[in-house]
Amino acid sequence: MPPDRLTASIGRAGGRGLAPPASAAGRRSVLTGWGRTAPSAADVLHAIHPDVVTAAMSVAGERNGPGRRGLIARGLGRSYGDAAQNAGGSVLDATWLDGVHQVDLERGLATVGAGISFETLMARFIPLGWFVPVTPGTRQITVGGAVAADVHGKNHHVDGSFCSHVREIDLMCPTGPVTVSAESDRDLFWATAGGMGLTGVITGATVQMIPIESSYMLVDTERVPDLDSVMDAMRSGDAAYRYSVAWIDCQTTGRHLGRSVLTRGDHARLEDLPDRLRTPQARARSFMPRTIAGIPIAAPGGLLNPVTVGLFNEFWFRKAPAKETGRPHTLAGFFHPLDIVTDWNRLYGPRGFLQYQFVVPDAEGETVRTIIERLAEVKVASFLAVLKRFGPSDPGPLSFPIPGWTLALDLPVGYPDLDRLLDGLDELVIGAGGRVYLAKDSRLSRSAFRAMYPRVDEFLELRARVDPEGLLRSDLGRRLGLCDDPPPAARTGQERPRGRPAKTAGVNKATGARKAAGVNKATGAKKAAGATKATGKKAPRSGTAGGSGAPKSEARPPDPGGPTSRDRRRP
Amino acid sequence: MIDATGRPQSVLVLGGSSEIAQAIVDLLVAARCRTVVLAGRPGPRLDEAVDRARAAGAQTVESVPFDATAVDGHVAFADSVFDRFGDIDLVIVAAGVLSHQPDDEEDPVLVADVLATNFTGPASAMLAVCRRLRRQGHGKFVVLSSVAGDRARRANFIYGSSKSGLDAFAQGLSSSLVGSGVGVLIVRPGFVVGRMTEGMTPAPFATTPDAVAKAVVRAIGSQALVIYVPPVLRWVFAAMRQLPEALWRRMPA
Ligand SMILES: NC(=O)c1ccc[n+]([C@@H]2O[C@H](COP(=O)([O-])OP(=O)(O)OC[C@H]3O[C@@H](n4cnc5c(N)ncnc54)[C@H](OP(=O)(O)O)[C@@H]3O)[C@@H](O)[C@H]2O)c1
Repeated sequence: MPPDRLTASIGRAGGRGLAPPASAAGRRSVLTGWGRTAPSAADVLHAIHPDVVTAAMSVAGERNGPGRRGLIARGLGRSYGDAAQNAGGSVLDATWLDGVHQVDLERGLATVGAGISFETLMARFIPLGWFVPVTPGTRQITVGGAVAADVHGKNHHVDGSFCSHVREIDLMCPTGPVTVSAESDRDLFWATAGGMGLTGVITGATVQMIPIESSYMLVDTERVPDLDSVMDAMRSGDAAYRYSVAWIDCQTTGRHLGRSVLTRGDHARLEDLPDRLRTPQARARSFMPRTIAGIPIAAPGGLLNPVTVGLFNEFWFRKAPAKETGRPHTLAGFFHPLDIVTDWNRLYGPRGFLQYQFVVPDAEGETVRTIIERLAEVKVASFLAVLKRFGPSDPGPLSFPIPGWTLALDLPVGYPDLDRLLDGLDELVIGAGGRVYLAKDSRLSRSAFRAMYPRVDEFLELRARVDPEGLLRSDLGRRLGLCDDPPPAARTGQERPRGRPAKTAGVNKATGARKAAGVNKATGAKKAAGATKATGKKAPRSGTAGGSGAPKSEARPPDPGGPTSRDRRRP
Repeated sequence: MIDATGRPQSVLVLGGSSEIAQAIVDLLVAARCRTVVLAGRPGPRLDEAVDRARAAGAQTVESVPFDATAVDGHVAFADSVFDRFGDIDLVIVAAGVLSHQPDDEEDPVLVADVLATNFTGPASAMLAVCRRLRRQGHGKFVVLSSVAGDRARRANFIYGSSKSGLDAFAQGLSSSLVGSGVGVLIVRPGFVVGRMTEGMTPAPFATTPDAVAKAVVRAIGSQALVIYVPPVLRWVFAAMRQLPEALWRRMPA
């Protein structure tokens, strides 16, 4: 059963879903990512309120030693790999935290629960003239997931990734809840952006939306005969467009290697629209995405083979206009073309598929060609690939985007020797100074991961501070060595004197102090102002955490990372 | 964790010195498996297997004493392995003996020994390990069965029936594991040229430990419950099972 259905069915119909959170045992369910590979079983718990998260955290803390399996939050299950799975532990279904808590329509600020989907955000905010600042190729993702993966969209070259539009994150760390902004605790904020949920359970966020006049896009489309031309066109022309993406046919070889359909555009202003779309205003800002089909659960494997995919790619290329400018598209049609078919991931059959998305620096555009060539050579049935340009990166140690070229490829897992093929691509990407996207990853090795994300120790250090006992765990974390036993605290403790000799103490004290002040002020202010807000309402040490939490923290060895936020909050 | 392409990071072998299992471990280590736990009867053969896995480049290679027939110790054995090494992604059930049937037929105790080594012992060990796999919520058994279990033959029905038993046990276990995150892969090789079959004339469609290993490694990430090596044996034995008894019992050894 696909994850979204699964959580939906347990969630809405399940008998134990509403059991008192204190007995939070959850219900054992098998989960996979969107690629439907590498299943594992976890106790799925419905995070109907941040209190449930607190309770789950203290339950997870009770188990010690190798029996500890920890917990991770899960949104709509659109990560392709194992990011939102936690074998043998707890998985918090965060889609229940779907409230809109505070809205500032003057400035376009929305404070929402982490479980709200982009689709819901769009349905509610587009008619009011506000749009999400960044959206990936599907709107079936949650705000929490978007933060945890620091998602990007077709506007990265102009607007950066999602977290650069996030003002505050409500984060439930094992050391206590915090509302964190890039100003109040820069390290924690940016480690959470792209941190794949391993710094805390994200319960809410304040997002700076962007103003729009209409729910239409003005789009220029052109067919481009080969890779060089499309890269030239993007290099020289993208700056003029807010949104830009090229769909590449990875099956053509020779002269037409990398032939593409390049679509670029921006939000349409009212004056840009023809009369029939402009009036009444409700129509100009209507958002009524449709789904036209669904894929049955028992879709057989092999539907997407080199022949069918080849036909599709041919069709896609030919149906695109040779050149067309300023044509109005709906938002959904422009941003989320695949969302019209629900459960399209099932097309890959029972064995599933994966997506390989990498980025390489600008100067390494040749790597993109080499990789497309390799795929074309082995004739793996790669569905349309998506090529984009990235602008400057976010400061997060695990945030994916770096300036340059990013290519995303869907590949069926059943293809023989796919593992070795992709290991080879990893080497190329590492050689070019690039990396792959963790939200899509399901197969990267530990060593390749470290080579791609050289700042991982920074991340582990931060984790040692906010999760000293290693309660936050996921299958992805286990695979990549982000939540090993013994907990990261020990490891980073060894490395710290070597890395930053004299400054260490000072740095920690400084952040500690800054954080204590900043955090308390932030939460305090918010509590006073937003009395209606559900998140963060409970005191840091809520009743549920008291019993098990207190002895636990006493038993804890002296924390190398300085006082924890829970300690700090003690008067 | 077993990744999307079916590569485990840790493996436990029951019958660690098995030639077929060693060939599988070689491939797993080449595909980045970091922890190899070889459980078996202590001795030079087990030591050699440890050396070989180390030479292949695994980060942690340890041998652990394990006797398939010592069922009383299986729970403690499983607990100690999981407590010591953490998550085990793949468990290869390889312990087995191919005995000399004419001797066995003369000696009821020998028959019981074969069954204990090939069927009841591994079944008990699998259950013990299974408790821990269920708890960790992921993992996979690779069970080395045999085509000999598809239909018991006059010439080796004692071995054949032990493999039938193990095979049926593994199928049932697989059903019981639905929803647990743990999977089962049953491997039915034909005649494998190697130590176990030394001195015997290879049967048609004979294969090698390396070929079995390749097929196993390829199937780990799939949802297949049963694979044959070579694959053609699936159809050969589908036909064999339909042969009239009068013909079947004349099958050569
Ligand atoms: N070779 C074939 O033609 C063939 C065909 C189909 C299936 N299989 C099956 O594949 C598996 C592996 O066979 P193989 O070809 O690799 O043969 P192998 O090298 O002889 O391996 C058999 C393994 O079983 C171990 N073993 C025997 N009795 C044991 C006990 N009481 N406790 C623990 N371990 C015990 C042996 O350990 P020691 O070193 O201590 O003896 C050895 O490691 C067996 O289950 C076999 O039945 C083999």
